[in-house]
Amino acid sequence: MIVSSNIIQDLASRFGGGSVEPQSTADDVPTFWTPKEKVREVLEYLKTGVEGPYRMLYDLTAIDERTRRKRHGQPESDFTVVYHLLSFDRNEDLRVKVALKGESPSIPTATGIWSSANWYERELWDMFGVRAEGHPNLRRILMPPTWEGHPLRKDHPARRTEMERYTLPLEKEVKEEAALGFVPREWGIYRTEENGTEFMFLNMGPHHPGTHGIFRIILELDGEEIVNAFPDIGYHHRGAEKMGERQTWHTYIPYTDRIDYLAGPLNNFPYVLAVERLAGIEVPERARVARVMLAELFRIASHLVWYGTFAQDLGQLTPVFLTFNDRERAYSIIEAIAGFRMHPAWFRVGGVQSDLPRGWDRLVREFIEYLPPRLMEYEKLIMENAIVRARTKGIGRLTLEQAIDWGVTGPNLRACGIEWDFRKKRPYSGYEQFEFEIPIAHEGDSYARASVRVEEMRQSLRIMEQCLENMPPGPFKSDHPLATPPRKERTMRDIETLIGHFLSVSWGPVVPAGEAAAGTEAAKGNNTYYLVSDGDTSSYRTRIRTPSFPHLQALPLMCKGFEIADLIAILGSIDFVMGDVDR
Amino acid sequence: MHGIASPVLTIAVILFALLASSAALIWAERRLLALWQDRYGPNRVGPLGILQSVADMIKILTKDDWVPPFADRAVFVLAPAIIVITVLTAFAVIPFAPGFAVADLDIGVIFFLAMSSLSIYSVVLAGWASNSKYALLGGLRGAAQMLSYEIFMGLSIMGVVLLAGSFNLGDIVEAQRDMWFFIPQLPGLLIFFLAGLAETHRLPFDLPEAENELVAGYHTEYAGMKFGMFFVGEYLGIMLVASMITTLFLGGWLGPVLPAAAWFILKTGLVVAVFILLRAALPRPRFDQLMGFGWKAMLPLALINLLATGAVLLAVTDAPLSTGIHDAGPR
Repeated sequence: MIVSSNIIQDLASRFGGGSVEPQSTADDVPTFWTPKEKVREVLEYLKTGVEGPYRMLYDLTAIDERTRRKRHGQPESDFTVVYHLLSFDRNEDLRVKVALKGESPSIPTATGIWSSANWYERELWDMFGVRAEGHPNLRRILMPPTWEGHPLRKDHPARRTEMERYTLPLEKEVKEEAALGFVPREWGIYRTEENGTEFMFLNMGPHHPGTHGIFRIILELDGEEIVNAFPDIGYHHRGAEKMGERQTWHTYIPYTDRIDYLAGPLNNFPYVLAVERLAGIEVPERARVARVMLAELFRIASHLVWYGTFAQDLGQLTPVFLTFNDRERAYSIIEAIAGFRMHPAWFRVGGVQSDLPRGWDRLVREFIEYLPPRLMEYEKLIMENAIVRARTKGIGRLTLEQAIDWGVTGPNLRACGIEWDFRKKRPYSGYEQFEFEIPIAHEGDSYARASVRVEEMRQSLRIMEQCLENMPPGPFKSDHPLATPPRKERTMRDIETLIGHFLSVSWGPVVPAGEAAAGTEAAKGNNTYYLVSDGDTSSYRTRIRTPSFPHLQALPLMCKGFEIADLIAILGSIDFVMGDVDR
Repeated sequence: MHGIASPVLTIAVILFALLASSAALIWAERRLLALWQDRYGPNRVGPLGILQSVADMIKILTKDDWVPPFADRAVFVLAPAIIVITVLTAFAVIPFAPGFAVADLDIGVIFFLAMSSLSIYSVVLAGWASNSKYALLGGLRGAAQMLSYEIFMGLSIMGVVLLAGSFNLGDIVEAQRDMWFFIPQLPGLLIFFLAGLAETHRLPFDLPEAENELVAGYHTEYAGMKFGMFFVGEYLGIMLVASMITTLFLGGWLGPVLPAAAWFILKTGLVVAVFILLRAALPRPRFDQLMGFGWKAMLPLALINLLATGAVLLAVTDAPLSTGIHDAGPR
């Protein structure tokens, strides 16, 4: 591994010191600023020229800096565009920041460098009004096309009550209705026939039984063969990132549960890790192991839902009921531990909400013993079924090259033949102490993606078993003053502690100014929370990099040339959740 | 007077029994699926939820009879009627017990095939008249699938016809007194069963409606009783195919101790249960896989079965008899 300072030195010597201005952050991700004029050149070099190239555009977002106070000598900027790159060869991230000025900023597009930049730049335009010059189809992506303003700008209201009274007069209704129509030209489609064959457009969704939630995809069809596909997302957008700027550090935790709503704690995880990084909190051993155990439990729960719905997408009626019943058993464990089922919100900054209840070990042990025979049964029922194989093998193939280019992570990436798992590559919360394997497959097709997930469940059970056998004693929450909610024990002894407790509970803790990101291996891929603190009781900017967003973006690539039935099989195999896509 | 009353009574009894049992079948299917899927199924209305179908029927009858404004109204209304009419008509030739059939036709097998061919119109016209893309795709799939499987269905029965020497379903049952035809005609039974699945477009061959892909396929735009007709038509279709399997391969009403009709119902019920079990167990193949399977596997198999049956018949029967068949032609 090349040390972090090297890449910045390398770039500085290549592009001149003025083009590369490093910045320190609370995480150890090398971060530097580069002028807008140079950014394309620098990014191209990072993608192709540099030794150990940054082949994945992991995330691309912006920060509205206009009201930020504590910037610690960073270049002046109204809107800062942040490129988050990932190098597999170095196992290292890199953050490239570009300062933009004025009310209608723009930046050269990166779509020619990384394919995944397309949607991210549309989001940039939609949320911040930052224009990507040269983008092939710069339209809104999450908000409706009729929306006015850019929601993540600081001057855009965050609450309903801050906005004007909502009315829907007839002409507005007609306009909104018309905006939902499909005009091929708006999507950059000018050619609707080829060699005398006229193509048919089929609108699938947002309400369709095969699209797993409110997801819309428009298909250009020749018979049943898909000539082209145009995914349309945003129907599940709830402004989760905007809410992060409104809630306190502590009260935002339950919101994260609902991002990938099938895997609650797997969303808490990167968020609390990022806050702990910013605040410099060390988490006690018992909390770390308990977090890992719950994360793996929910990985299984999420995969079980995927398993059943995947089979259902292929027309198999029964597995979905069986796997949901099994998930119910997982939920009975979390119910005993946290009192909640789907969205336990049990993780806290600095630890977990409460100690594990008496008898938790019996529940976990029963589950660990119960599940493996069931998995064997599903293996026979689903994975070994000849029709399932015929429907998924060779369908929706992604090469490793394409997967990286489109920002695909998690099981979908591992199905393309690379062992890349944050739990092994960048162990967090003590994953390095566990024995488990990272299943991979090489074909990159729907069947390979499915088989990786099936094996992952077994590995998760292994991890849970090790948690069960080796649960360390000790406190479940850090003594750090910023840990939330603060410890109550000493509040009645002296007034200072009482005041501290009162402030932390009523206003929330004040996290030191700075920036930090934390990435974890969630059920669907790499999930990263990038937090900017301005030394306040809530986050200045909360960026949620979810795995499903780039996965859906790669969908047209996967389904071109296949049939409608294959599209459904592919959708089932990539395992996305609309909450995770739209946030 | 008596001469007219008896057939009318037969028709009335059969019609009532069929419609009642198709409602019961809906309940039975839901309970069986639930049993195999670790859940309860309908268990609230009446004992064991048996009145659920009645409740559903009341609901569906009182629903708004709505035709989408963009649909071709006349054809849209006609389409669901076709399936129910053709399937019910096909039941006319089924011998439920000795002498208990609406029509004792000498061309019973052909009549059944003709009626099941006509039922394709229902799917195609529904898909066309709905004037919706999903319905159209479903209608197209349905047309291609049912037309193709029609051919193997007809061919697979021919072995039975050769063995029985008759197209009359009553005679075919009688010819099974020594041995049920599923023993010499096992390939025929399998092909007929699979073709029957495709004809009634049941999972795993429910491609014309394929929920996850085409929402509801050809009946996407239907609601209320018109949808109900498709629904009932589907269950009648299952019973029709099951009755045909019973008649052609499982010895029809033949069996010891129990009355003839009881044997018939028992056997048919068993075949229906297999239909439901398949629905619970199997995923759905892709359209081209289904067609490929039909033309590349089923058709050759059906032809080989027919050839082999003919060859064996020629070999084991005496020369005079074979010329006898030649002289007299098929009865």
